[in-house]
Amino acid sequence: MIKTDALIIGAGPTGLFTAHQLKLIGLNCEVVDNLDKIGGQCIELYPDKPIYDIPAVPECTGEELTNNLINQLKPFNIKFHLSERVEEVKKIKENWEVKTNKGTIFLTPNIIIAGGVGSFEPRKFAPKECEKYEDKSIFYSIKDKTIFSGKTVSIFGGGDSALDWAVELSSKSKVNLIHRRDEFRGAKATIEKVYQLQKAGKINLFTKYQLKVVKGNGKLNSIDIQHDNKEIKTLNTDYVLGFFGLIMQLGPIASWGLNIDKKTITVDTEKFETNQRGIYAVGDICNYPGKLKLILSGFHEGALAARACFKLARPNEKYRFEFTTSSKSIKNRLGVKSD
Amino acid sequence: MPKITYIEFNGKSHTVDVANGLSVMEGAVQNNIPGIDADCGGGMACATCHVYVKEEWFDKLVKKEDGEEDMLDMAYEPNKFSRLSCQLIVTDELNGLVVQLPSKQA
Repeated sequence: MIKTDALIIGAGPTGLFTAHQLKLIGLNCEVVDNLDKIGGQCIELYPDKPIYDIPAVPECTGEELTNNLINQLKPFNIKFHLSERVEEVKKIKENWEVKTNKGTIFLTPNIIIAGGVGSFEPRKFAPKECEKYEDKSIFYSIKDKTIFSGKTVSIFGGGDSALDWAVELSSKSKVNLIHRRDEFRGAKATIEKVYQLQKAGKINLFTKYQLKVVKGNGKLNSIDIQHDNKEIKTLNTDYVLGFFGLIMQLGPIASWGLNIDKKTITVDTEKFETNQRGIYAVGDICNYPGKLKLILSGFHEGALAARACFKLARPNEKYRFEFTTSSKSIKNRLGVKSD
Repeated sequence: MPKITYIEFNGKSHTVDVANGLSVMEGAVQNNIPGIDADCGGGMACATCHVYVKEEWFDKLVKKEDGEEDMLDMAYEPNKFSRLSCQLIVTDELNGLVVQLPSKQA
């Protein structure tokens, strides 16, 4: 079990700056994020898009902003738990016990949810029956490619993931590649490779088709795919892979007993605390009258939530407001010389 | 002000006034019409403002920019009348536009 003064959920810009604020006032913290990398939406959705409204930064990309925030955290030793999703939260006396999907357990008086629009989850197939086969015959990511050896695999999608796996698996499996339109959006070289493999009979290509029905008994036997013109084809297949990118979902946080309004969490504007004492929400995921979904608002919200954390983490101490320009203790924490 | 009609998947229809210059997505969000999530806030980065445009309107819309079709690959049950409503900017010419909403956005 990991004991910490504050647990931050979400390693996007708001979560990162909130970590900075906590460390600055002498609290420790740990960060959990469901993505495999730091940066949240800035990295996952728009790493190359320029942002023009970060105070004192005339222009930067999502990736540059993330790197700068990581640099700002360099003086501090902060543990990031990536590719982990928070699942359960339980009140134990003055603390919250938080469990992740990988079994990590945190004990902390403060949880700061900086979850953006939710955690990134793979987009799934439309037919309801697909759920029954998930992680058995239907996958949205690949952990062990050896299971496909000698089998028929039907891959859906038109981006790099779908194309890369179609090429990769075609050496040892019978591969069907199914996409909703004629054009693919992957790397040019990969697209050419797919067409070569199609000519060589290694990949069966079905364009303008989408998944309609899955059939099987415990394990998958066949699927029906439907053309834009409504024509149906049945394909025998052992496995189905879907690569439709990621979607943001509130996930397990939705069942934590927090006041939720349209996928956002209601907070006060003094501490950015939710209706549960010691659980805060900052950044895009919180709502209050006048809320602006801007990165700069997230920074402000995180700074205030961090001060609120102090009270619960150090009940016997009094928080003293200090400036980074003059405080000796802050400079010590930053590892810079004081004058 | 142009009138835009949004038809929910369950058939419930909402006709609202949407000011010129707003997107069809914003028109739905500002009028609390359920069925359009718009997670990324109009950045053409999420495909959760996906709508099916009524056939007779489809060719009257501005053509898709690069990237919209790619994003539609991610949408839930897209078809040939699919558009991202954040990319449809309301003008007088769109007065009477009808869009249908998918059963869900993701």
